[in-house]
Amino acid sequence: MGVFFDEMNGSGGGTRIPYARLEEWLATMPKELRSLKQAEAEALFRRIGITFAVYGEGGDPDRLIPFDMFPRVFSAAEWARLDRGVKQRAKALNMFLVDVYGRGEIIRAGRIPANLVYQNEAYEKAVVGFVPPKGVYSHIVGIDLVRTGPEDFFVLEDNCRTPSGVSYMLENREIMMRMFPGLFRENRIQPIDSYAEILRRTLASVAPVKCKGEPKVVILTPGHFNSAYYEHSFLADLMGVELVEGQDLFVDGEFVYARTTEGPKRVDVIYRRIDDAFLDPLCFRPDSMLGVPGLMDVYRSGGVSICSAPGAGVADDKAIYTYVPEMIRFYLGEEPILKNVPTWKCAERDDLKYVLDNLGELVVKEVHGSGGYGMLVGPKASKAEIEAFRAQLVANPSNYIAQPTLALSTVPTFVDEGVAPRHVDLRPYCLVGERIELVKGGLTRVALREGSLVVNSSQGGGVKDTWVLAE
Amino acid sequence: MRLIVDHITRYDYERPVRGLVQSHRLTPSVFQGQKVISWQVSVTAGQTGEEGGETPGLLGAEFTDGAGDRIQGWRIAGPATRVTVRVQGEVETADLAGMLKGHREVINPCAYKRETAMTAGSAALEALAETVSDAGGQLSLAHGLSAAVSGAIRYQPGVTHAHTSASEALALGEGVCQDHAHALIALARLRGLPARYVSGYLFADSSGAAPDSAAEAAHAWAEIFVDGLGWIGFDPANECCPDARYIRLASGFDARDAAPIRGVARGGTAGDEFMDVSVAVLSADQ
Amino acid sequence: MLSRTANNLYWIARYMERADTVARLLDVGSRISLIPSEHGYRSEWDSLLQASGMAEGFTAKYGDPVQRNLESWLFFDRDNPSSVASCLTSARENARIVRTAMTAQVWDALNGAFQELRQLERQERSSLDQSTLTEWVTRQSALVRGAIDATLLRDDGYNFLNLGYYLERADNTARLLDVKYYVLLPRLDFVGSGLDNYQWSTLLRAMGAQRAFHWAYGGEITAGKIADFLILNRQSPRALITCIAGAENHLARLAKTYGKENAAQTLVREMMTELETETVERIFDEGLHEYLSRFIGSVAGLGSVIHEVYLGGEVS
Repeated sequence: MGVFFDEMNGSGGGTRIPYARLEEWLATMPKELRSLKQAEAEALFRRIGITFAVYGEGGDPDRLIPFDMFPRVFSAAEWARLDRGVKQRAKALNMFLVDVYGRGEIIRAGRIPANLVYQNEAYEKAVVGFVPPKGVYSHIVGIDLVRTGPEDFFVLEDNCRTPSGVSYMLENREIMMRMFPGLFRENRIQPIDSYAEILRRTLASVAPVKCKGEPKVVILTPGHFNSAYYEHSFLADLMGVELVEGQDLFVDGEFVYARTTEGPKRVDVIYRRIDDAFLDPLCFRPDSMLGVPGLMDVYRSGGVSICSAPGAGVADDKAIYTYVPEMIRFYLGEEPILKNVPTWKCAERDDLKYVLDNLGELVVKEVHGSGGYGMLVGPKASKAEIEAFRAQLVANPSNYIAQPTLALSTVPTFVDEGVAPRHVDLRPYCLVGERIELVKGGLTRVALREGSLVVNSSQGGGVKDTWVLAE
Repeated sequence: MRLIVDHITRYDYERPVRGLVQSHRLTPSVFQGQKVISWQVSVTAGQTGEEGGETPGLLGAEFTDGAGDRIQGWRIAGPATRVTVRVQGEVETADLAGMLKGHREVINPCAYKRETAMTAGSAALEALAETVSDAGGQLSLAHGLSAAVSGAIRYQPGVTHAHTSASEALALGEGVCQDHAHALIALARLRGLPARYVSGYLFADSSGAAPDSAAEAAHAWAEIFVDGLGWIGFDPANECCPDARYIRLASGFDARDAAPIRGVARGGTAGDEFMDVSVAVLSADQ
Repeated sequence: MLSRTANNLYWIARYMERADTVARLLDVGSRISLIPSEHGYRSEWDSLLQASGMAEGFTAKYGDPVQRNLESWLFFDRDNPSSVASCLTSARENARIVRTAMTAQVWDALNGAFQELRQLERQERSSLDQSTLTEWVTRQSALVRGAIDATLLRDDGYNFLNLGYYLERADNTARLLDVKYYVLLPRLDFVGSGLDNYQWSTLLRAMGAQRAFHWAYGGEITAGKIADFLILNRQSPRALITCIAGAENHLARLAKTYGKENAAQTLVREMMTELETETVERIFDEGLHEYLSRFIGSVAGLGSVIHEVYLGGEVS
C-alpha cells in the first residue's frame, strides 16, 4: 500500500491547521500525566457504566470500549462539505424507501434492478402502500465514512435501521471536557450536546396522524441483556422518555399503551432498538417474545409511529449501496457530494472474475454481514486465508461484494511508546424528521492495532472524541 | 352464484388466559369475481362451564394492506378459557376462470419470488418443475405446473400437518389443499414465476370435485402471476381454476403468511391450546 | 412510571432487606449453637433453616448442618435464592435495569456492594469469620438505605422502594420471632429458664435491638415484653406495626400522587386498624405462632394486591 494521509501531519509538510493547538497540548503532557489521565478516563467510563458486550465472545460482559484521548479534528470548511453530503444522502435514502414501498418509480425507470429491491430479505411486504408520517422511514441515518486524502471522503456503508454508538459520541465529549477543560477554551469546538434534544424533537415530529397533543415518545429495547442496553437507557435518560421492553406495551383498540403504575398510558412514537423480525409476533416472527402483539396493525392504521419504520433496512443493504449515487441523481437531480467506494458485485460474472483474480488487493464482505465479521482484507491476509476465502466465495458468490483496500487516513493516537498514527473512520448521525439535522460531530472509531484497518469495537477498535471547529 | 358462509373457530385453553390479541384477514377480497351482500365477524370469550358469560372482543385497528387484504385487529380481555371467532355472511360470486380482475393492490409481483421454509425448492421439486414445457407461454406453463402438482400429490387428509413443507409433501406423495398450494408455489418460483398462497372458502355441491367437501370448505389454493394477465388462481387439489364456488379472503408467501386468523394469548403459557374449526358454505340459489 | 420499573425498585428493596435478615439469621444461629443444649447442635440449625424456608435445599446439597456449610449456604451459595450473594446480585441486577430511575449515589452503593461481594468470593474462606460477614452485610445494607434516603427524589419510585423495604421487613421480623418462640424452645417448662432468656437476648442482639429493648422496657426479658416490642411498639423500627404503618404511609402517598385509591390502601388500613387495637394478651391467647403465621399470610396478601394494582401493569 502507498502512503497514508495523516489528518494531523498531512502527507508531509507540517501540522495541518485544525490540529495546530494540539501540538502544544501534546508537548505539555509528559508520559506520567498521560497515564494518569487515561486511568481517570477509564474510571469515569466505568462509573458511568458505558460497557459493551461482544456477541458470541464470552468473557467479561462489562468490558470497556477503549477510549483514546487524542481528538480527531475537522475544520469548519471540511465539516460543511460533509454536512451537505450526509444530509443529501439521508434525504435520498428516505425518498428511495417511500418510492419502493409505493409505486417504485426508480425501478420502473430502470435505474435499479427490481429483483435487488423486491426480492431483498429486508423488503417488508407488510408495509407496502403505507407511507409513514412525514414520509420518513429512516429517522436516524448513520453514515460510515472514511477519508483517503485532504478532499477525499468515501461512504463505506449506510445504516438506516438503528445505528448504534451515539452514546460514545456524547460520552467521549463529556469525558474530554471534564479532563481537559483548557483544550475547550483554546480551541473553538462546536458543541454536540443538543443531540438528545434534536432526537426527541425529530421523533416527536413524526407522531402519527391520530395523535393529538404532545406526542408520548418511548424507546423500545430488547432488554438489559442486550449489548447496547447502556446506550438505550442513556438516550432515554437524556431525552427524558421512558425506556420500555415489549412486555411493557400492549395493543388496545386502535392504539398502543404502556403498562404503568397509574394504569395504561398511550404511546405515540416508538424509537425501537429491536429488529423488524421481532417487532410483532402477529406480523413477523411468531416466536418473538421481545415485541408487541398487534403492534403492526396499529402502526399500519396510523395509531403509532415506529422509528425507524419497519422495512427501512432495504435501503442499507450492501447490494443496494452501489445504487445510492443513482438515487441521489434520480430523486434530487444532484450529483452526489460524497463518493461511494467502487464496488464489485460477486453475483455478476465479470465482477466475480475480477475479484478472484485480485483477491490479494481487495476487501471482500458478506452482503448481509456486519461488525467486521466474515470479511477478507486481502493485503493483510495470509496465502492460506486467501485460498480458504476463495473457496467460500466460489461456492456462494452472490453472498459477497468486494472493494479496493482503501488507504484510510490516520490520526495521532496514544500508544505505549508515545503517539503514533492509527487508522480511523467516522460515523455521523443524521436525524430526519420534519427537518434534516446533523450535529457537528460524530463517532470516530480507531483501529488501535498497528497497521490494522478494522475499526470495529469487536475487533480491537477504540473511539475518539470528534471535534468540529467553529469558523 | 350466491354463497352463504358460516365459519366458526373455537379455541379452548387448558388454563385461563389473561387476554388475547388477534389479527384477522377474514373479509372477502374486493374484485370483480365477488361482491359482499352481508358479512360479519364476531369474537367472543368466556369460561368453559360458565354458560351465558360470554363477553365480546374489542375491534381495534382496521385497514387494507398493500396486498389488498382487509385486516382487522381484535383484543379479547380475559380471563378466558374459550374464545370463539364466528364469520357469517353472504357473497355473490362470478366465474372469472381464476383471474383476479379489478383487484387493487400495490405490491410488485416480483416480491412474490422470495421463497419461505414451507415453499423452498428441492431437487425433487426442481425435477418435477422441469417436466413441464414453457413452449406455450407462461399461462400454459402455469396450467402445466398445477397439473403436475395434482398428479404428484394425492389428496389424503391426516398425512401432513400445519408445518409440512412443499418438499416434504412431495416426498410423501400425499397431502391436503395447503400442501398442493405450497408445492405449486414452489414449482412456479423455480420456473421464475411469482406465486402466492391464497386462503378462502370453497362451496362443494354433491357433484363437487373435492373428495371430502366438508373438511375442505375452508380452502386454500395458489395464484401465479402471468405477464399481461395478472394474478391467476390455480387449485391443484381440485384440478381447476377458482370459479364461482370460491370465495377469496387473503394472500401471502405461504400458509402462515396468509393465515386468516393469527393470535397471541397472554398469560396462558402453562397450558395447551386446542382449536376446533367448523365451516359451512351453502348456496343460496338452491 | 412503568409498572416494570416500579417492580424493579420494589424488588431491589426486598432483596436488600432480605440479605440483611439472612445475615442476622446466620448470626443468631451461630450464637445459639455456642451454648449447650439437650438436643445438640443439629436440631437448632435445622429449626432455623426450617423457619426461614431454606432447609430443603440445604439438606439436599450439604446434608449435615456444619457451621462452615451453613455459612456457605446462607452467605455465598447461588443455589440458595435467599443467600446474601443471591440477594445482592439480584438487587444489583434490578438496579442495572432501572439505572436511570435512581441517583448515582444509590447505584454506587448497590454496585459497590456487588463488587465487594465478588472480592469476598475470591478471598480465602478461612480469613472470613461469620461475624465479619454479618457485619459487612449490615453495613452494605445501611449504605444503600442511606443513599436512598439522602439522595432520591421523593417521587413514586421512592414510595415503591419503601414499600419493598417495609413489606420484607414485616415478613422477616415475623419469621425471626416465630423462629424463637415456636421452633427453638422445645418444651414449655423452659419458659423463663436461663436458656430461654439467652435465646431471647440473642434474637434481640441479632436484630440490633438489644439496647433499644432495655431502654424501652428494662428489667427481665420476658416473652410478653419481646412480643410487645417486636409487634406492637411503634418506637421499635422492626416492629410489625412500624412496618405496616410505613407501608400505609407510602401507599397513601401513592394514592395522593395518582389521585386515586384502590384495594391496596383499603387492605393496609384494615391491617393497621387491627394492629392498633391488638394486645399482647390476645396474641398469646391466640397463640404467638398462629398469630405470626396469620400475619405473614396477610403481608403476602398485601404484596399480591400491590403487585396487582401497581406492579403487574394489568389494570386497565
